[in-house]
Amino acid sequence: MTGFEIIINNLPVLTVVIPLIAGFLTTITGWIDRRLCWYWVMLTMFVVVLITSSNLLTVINSGTIYYHLGGWMPPFGIEYVIDLLNGFVCLIIAFIGLMVAIYSKESVKKELPGKTIPFYSIFLLLITGLMGMTITGDIFNFYVFLEISSLTAYALIAMGDRGDGLVASFNYLIMGTVAASFILLGIGYLYAVTGTLNMADMQNILPDIYGSKVVLAALAFFMAGFSIKIGLFPLHAWLPDAYTHAPSTASALIAGLMTKVGAYAMIRFMFSVFTPAFVIDMTRTAEILTWAAALAIIMGSVFAIAQSDIKRMLAYSSISQIGYILLGVGLVNVIGMQGGLLHILNHAFMKCALFLVAGAIFYRTGIRNIYQFQGLGKKMPVTTLVFLIAALSMIGVPGTVGFTSKWYLALGSIEAGQWIFVLVILASSLLNVAYFWRIFDNIWFGNPHEKEHIKRDEAPLTMLVPMVILAFLCIFFGFFAYYPLHYILEPLSNTLLGIMP
Amino acid sequence: MSGIQESIIIRTVVRIMVPFIALFALYVIIHGASGPGGGFQGGVIFGAAIILYAMIYGIEDGKKIISDKVNRILSSTGLVLYAGTGLLCMVFGGKFLQYNAVPLFPNPAETAAILMDVVEVGIGITVLAVMVSLFFDISPPETEDDEMFPEEVEQ
Repeated sequence: MTGFEIIINNLPVLTVVIPLIAGFLTTITGWIDRRLCWYWVMLTMFVVVLITSSNLLTVINSGTIYYHLGGWMPPFGIEYVIDLLNGFVCLIIAFIGLMVAIYSKESVKKELPGKTIPFYSIFLLLITGLMGMTITGDIFNFYVFLEISSLTAYALIAMGDRGDGLVASFNYLIMGTVAASFILLGIGYLYAVTGTLNMADMQNILPDIYGSKVVLAALAFFMAGFSIKIGLFPLHAWLPDAYTHAPSTASALIAGLMTKVGAYAMIRFMFSVFTPAFVIDMTRTAEILTWAAALAIIMGSVFAIAQSDIKRMLAYSSISQIGYILLGVGLVNVIGMQGGLLHILNHAFMKCALFLVAGAIFYRTGIRNIYQFQGLGKKMPVTTLVFLIAALSMIGVPGTVGFTSKWYLALGSIEAGQWIFVLVILASSLLNVAYFWRIFDNIWFGNPHEKEHIKRDEAPLTMLVPMVILAFLCIFFGFFAYYPLHYILEPLSNTLLGIMP
Repeated sequence: MSGIQESIIIRTVVRIMVPFIALFALYVIIHGASGPGGGFQGGVIFGAAIILYAMIYGIEDGKKIISDKVNRILSSTGLVLYAGTGLLCMVFGGKFLQYNAVPLFPNPAETAAILMDVVEVGIGITVLAVMVSLFFDISPPETEDDEMFPEEVEQ
């Protein structure tokens, strides 16, 4: 076998192993020269982007990839399964990871002096955890990666604002551990009644014992655990502090990815461990989820209006956006599902771009209070333009990605006969306008306090490039949403809901 | 220096015990492939040996055995050993960690046993290094402060 064949045959496991090894080697890289860390992480993330794109293309062209670790056949060994859903999510993780890695150079130097090596090491381990959670087909393996990603996220947040960062991280640690315990209990219950840990095998065994109270309890535990992990509305208490006080780069990474992977896991458990019939008709989990999501959409936006710290505002906006994803999933029709899944992509781009902008403004001016943003439009024209595009996309202006997913969600709600959700989506868009308008108003129309001429003082190039790429993609997919929808999300939604097209 | 650290009995016992604890740790690591035990448990025991030594002879002496730099390298080395074994299996055409793909011995089971030991040793090294570095990180700095605030060290 040639080297090329070896790599091609083992791509699924390399997706996880490469960031894992690279994460540990970062300590040695940094020991040689601290400045090498950035190049090293960027190189790693670039390789991971290539691998995940190759995986996704393979899945689109020739169907699901199965990889058996150690050559052990499932259901006995650990199996990695890449289908459209996790191929898609993996590519988003890798891409956002690469963007944040490029951005991190100056920001880490300024915000985390002396912590460069641990930061990059943990950065790659967080990517490892998220990749592993996404790619694995074994629920206990899933739990292990869930813990890796959570622990690294706690560490990243704890590096943030002195004092506040530690408290936020500790709160998150408590809530995250409660959530992880719920999930572990659920896994234990399912293992006890099915005797298997393989997701596909479990899905085959479970329908016979759906009447069992143990299975119902497991479902409840999973939904509760994941709801905490993704910060669904009444369980969101950890999220605003964690996002606000983390270092800028970590906020962008965690806000862009963690909740999305949590939402992925929820979808995976609802439709690939349990069956659609069970979550839709037998327990009505999906219906409950839509109402919780609708509440989250409205309440997240309302809270966001009340904030004056830009990062805290974006954090509350995340709570609202995660509602869109779950609303689409809970509607359980193909159009709504496509809207929800597309919103995973959109929200990763938009929220990551917005947090990167917040970080860049903080880097140049040290300001996070949006009422002190006067004159920024002249000072940092490119950065604020990126902000404008991402915010318009968040509001859902036609021509941006946000519009497409909201459109599909509205259509899905109509198809489900739930007109009230259309109203919720409209109301939330208006609320989005309200909280973003305050920032636009200050950036472009506010009078700076000091009258002297404002000098142009743009963010460094390494920060601008990823922000501009993300803003470009927000517009690009606004016009070409057809590609992800047609090639990935439509067949995927059909498969998840068990509909034969 | 506190009372416990000055006690000649404890110092002597620790000096004699540490090599045996380390030996037992190696036994647990190597035994892991075929019975109870393994890299994690063995690594913890080995780490405990070094921590015991550092508790009695002082953090500074402990760091002479295994300095921060060595710790950092060890924690990476262990993982690289583990993942390297997995990658080695891939080079010989197997899946990740498919030991019997490597043509080391004519009997595939024998190869698997040896490579499993390599993996266990890798895990052991990482666990050992992380345990010790955690202990060093949370232990109070042992400098002139000891003379300045003796009661604080007492507790």
